[in-house]
This record gives sequence, C-alpha cells and structure tokens, in this order.
Amino acid sequence: MEEDIKNILADATGRDAADFADNSQDLFESGLMDSMATVSFLLALQDKYDINVPVSEFDRSEWNTIDKIVGKVKELQND
Amino acid sequence: MAIMHWLSSLPNFSAYGTPGYLLVLLIALIPLGIGLYCGKRFDWYEVIISALFLFVMFDGANAPQMISLIGYVIYQTIIVTWYYHYRQQHNQSWVFYLVTLLTLIPLIIVKVSPAMVGHDSLLGFMGISYMTFRATGTVIETRDGMVKDFSWWTFVRFMLFMPTITSGPIDRYRRFAKDYKKVPDREKYMGLVQKGIKYLFLGLLYNFIIDHFFGAVWLPAAEAQAMQYAPHMSWWVVAVMYLYGMHLFFNFAGYSLFAIAFSYFMGVEAPMNFNKPFKSKNIKEFWNRWHMSLSFWFRDYIFMRFVFMATKKKWFKNRNVLSAIAYILDMTIMGFWHGVTWYYILYGFLHGIALAVCDWWGRFKRKHLKKMPHNKITNAIAIFVTFNFVMLTFLLFSGFLNTLWFKGARLL
Repeated sequence: MEEDIKNILADATGRDAADFADNSQDLFESGLMDSMATVSFLLALQDKYDINVPVSEFDRSEWNTIDKIVGKVKELQND
Repeated sequence: MAIMHWLSSLPNFSAYGTPGYLLVLLIALIPLGIGLYCGKRFDWYEVIISALFLFVMFDGANAPQMISLIGYVIYQTIIVTWYYHYRQQHNQSWVFYLVTLLTLIPLIIVKVSPAMVGHDSLLGFMGISYMTFRATGTVIETRDGMVKDFSWWTFVRFMLFMPTITSGPIDRYRRFAKDYKKVPDREKYMGLVQKGIKYLFLGLLYNFIIDHFFGAVWLPAAEAQAMQYAPHMSWWVVAVMYLYGMHLFFNFAGYSLFAIAFSYFMGVEAPMNFNKPFKSKNIKEFWNRWHMSLSFWFRDYIFMRFVFMATKKKWFKNRNVLSAIAYILDMTIMGFWHGVTWYYILYGFLHGIALAVCDWWGRFKRKHLKKMPHNKITNAIAIFVTFNFVMLTFLLFSGFLNTLWFKGARLL
C-alpha cells in the first residue's frame, strides 16, 4: 500500500515518487502538498480504495506524513 | 422608544479598547478560572459575565446595533438548527445551497448597502462578518455529516463567544463544542493560562506600545504630508504604505492575541490568527501565516470545495488552469467580503493572481531551473519580494489611495 500511496501523492502533486522517499517528513511544511494537491489526493483515494473523506473532515495535522496517511487509509478501510 | 433612549445614554466600552478594560475583564474572569482550575465550568456565571461585557460593547452610541445583533443571532440559530434536523433525514443539494444563501443574506445586504444606497445598512453590527463565517461554516460541516450532536444553545454560545465576537479568530463549531463540553484537566488548564498570560503581554506590547507609534503617531503624520500633494503621488505615499502595513499587523495581531488569551482563560482553545507573517518566502506561505483563521476558512470552504467539484465534474482539462482560477475566485470573494469598494476587490484579485503566479513559478523552477541555488541570499530576496508585494497590496487595502486620488480635493 505504501508504494501505491506514494504514486498517488506523486500524481496529485505533479512531483516524482522519489520526492516521497521519507515516510516521516511533513508533506505540508516541506511544500510538497498544498490544498490543490489535497483535493486530487482525496479524489484518488476515493477511486482506488473506495473511502470517502469529506473536505471538511480533512485535518492537515492528521494527514501530514506518509506514515500517518497509510495509517488513516487502513483505519478508514476497516470502518 | 424610551428603551432605545436609555440604552443610548449608557457608557460604551469597546472590546480591548484600553488596558483598564483588560484588567476589569481579567478580574471578572477570576471566578471562572478558579472553577476551571477545580474542574468545574461555572456555566451561568459565564453567561452573565459574557452578557454584561457584550452589553457594554453594544450600548451607548452602538445601541441600534444591539437590536440587530439579537435579531441576527435568533435568525441564524433558527436556520442552522432547522438545517441540522433536516439533514438527519435528508440531504438534497438545493436545500443546502438555499440554507447557505440564507445564512449569507444579512451579510450580503450589509456589505452591498453602502455601494448601492450610499449609507450603512441598519442590519449591520460589529462582528457580523465573523459571525457569518461561523454560521455558514456550521451549515457546511452539517452538510458533510460532520456535526453529530448539535445543540442550539451551544450554537448560540459559539456565535456569541465574548472574547472573539467582534474580530475573530474564526473558530469552527465542532472544535468549539468539543472544548466547551469538557473541562480541561488541571495541567492542561494551567498550560492554557500560562500561554494566555504570555499572549496578553505580547498583545499589550503590540497594541498599546508599538501600534501607538505606527498607528496613532507616525501614520497620521505621513498621511497628512502625502495629502499635501493630493491627488498626486509623492514619496510620502511610500511612507504611508509601510507605516500602514505595520499598523495593520500590530493592531490586528495584538487584538487577536487578546482574544486568544481570554479564550484560553475561559478554557477554550481558540485558533491562532498570526504566525510571523513577514518572514514568508512566498505569498502562499504568507496566507498560511496571516489572518490564518480567515484564510483557512476560505481554503476549506471555498477553494477546496470548488476544486473538488470542478475536478469531479471535469470542468477544466488542465489542472494548472483550474488552480489559477480557483485562487483568483477564492481571493476575489475575500476582497468582496471586506467590502464592495474598488480597492478591496482589487486587493483580493491581486492576491489571487499572486497565488497563481506563485504556483506557476514553483512549477517553472522545478522544470527548468533545477540548478538554481537555494541559500541565504535567495531566501532573503524571496522574503523581500513577498514583503514588498504584501505592503503594496495593504496600501490598496487601506483605502488611502482612494482618499488621495478621488477625495483629496474635497478635504483640502
């Protein structure tokens, strides 16, 4: 799943997957992610994993690293 | 109207207007603080104190506003409560849009009136803009199914939360209700009090010392000099630009610090509003540091929702075009919200363009300038450019150019 998430992120941000090598870096602080990329990212999650995260539920501090994202996606899949 | 006459005759105290006001408020909150320290929220004491301080904010010369405020809160509470109950059973889009519009209508009337009929609307009162954000935001979160246990009384308290009523920061219903329904444990509360004291002193420094010079001494002097040349430009306008920018920051950030400090004392963690905005290296970073509770509101409720819908419905082929349009739309709406005048709207529009350019520059740099150095000098240049762009737009925002160019002759 981690690789898939990295590919989705690369797609959403228009960067290389290599930019997402570090699983604990803050994606928003580092400037990799912004609101625009967040929306593309959420839509891709919907398509790939069939999980629905409303924009108003998206709290940056809960989604700001790859580790946290993987955790969140797993959690939402199990719901 | 004997009652209006009586209300108007009472003394008025604007929020955080003087150090004495802060002291009286602080003393009034002591029993509440003792309660929180002991793990209790003295609800009725808080209601009475809040009502009292709100009363003296809206009596005297502001007495007509008191009626508008009360009517407004009743109106919004009915709409939002109704929508919450409706939303438990149904979820039709047109109802959501209609309800959103209904929550916005009083503000729209108040903002458009001066441009349409030439005087302020009677519906207006201090803080209506901020209260509208709170109400509309609650409706949007309810639509998303995020508001699970709504209570009209908590909503009224949220709308009328005394420390932040007139100028924010703009809280969110869910966040506020969470803080409100529980009492922080002692350790956490003492942490809040400690931070609150720090913010209170920082606010005093900003508002009553630094801004005294920028806002009350130097700015009026520079404005008077610049007006001597009206309607022509002079170097004094440059002085006005920087002085106004500094005044705006220290005044508003100071005020926000007071509001946050008193929220903390009341056991509510209101969101931060400023985070060293002038060290931003680009305009996107600036909006993550300046008037944050407002820019995040626009980001979450306008920008992201618009982009979400546009992407889903494939309105635009090119993502970069979409983001540019979304930025310009978002910031221009923000301009309109400040007021329907050419300078507010242009201010918002320019920031929208700047955000789009900032995005484009980031992409261009990654693609074509891979070898561009990143060091202290490029950082300093980036901060310098951002700061000066912001100052230039603040000059617009101040309305001083409007006075200088179009009203100067009348003043002289």
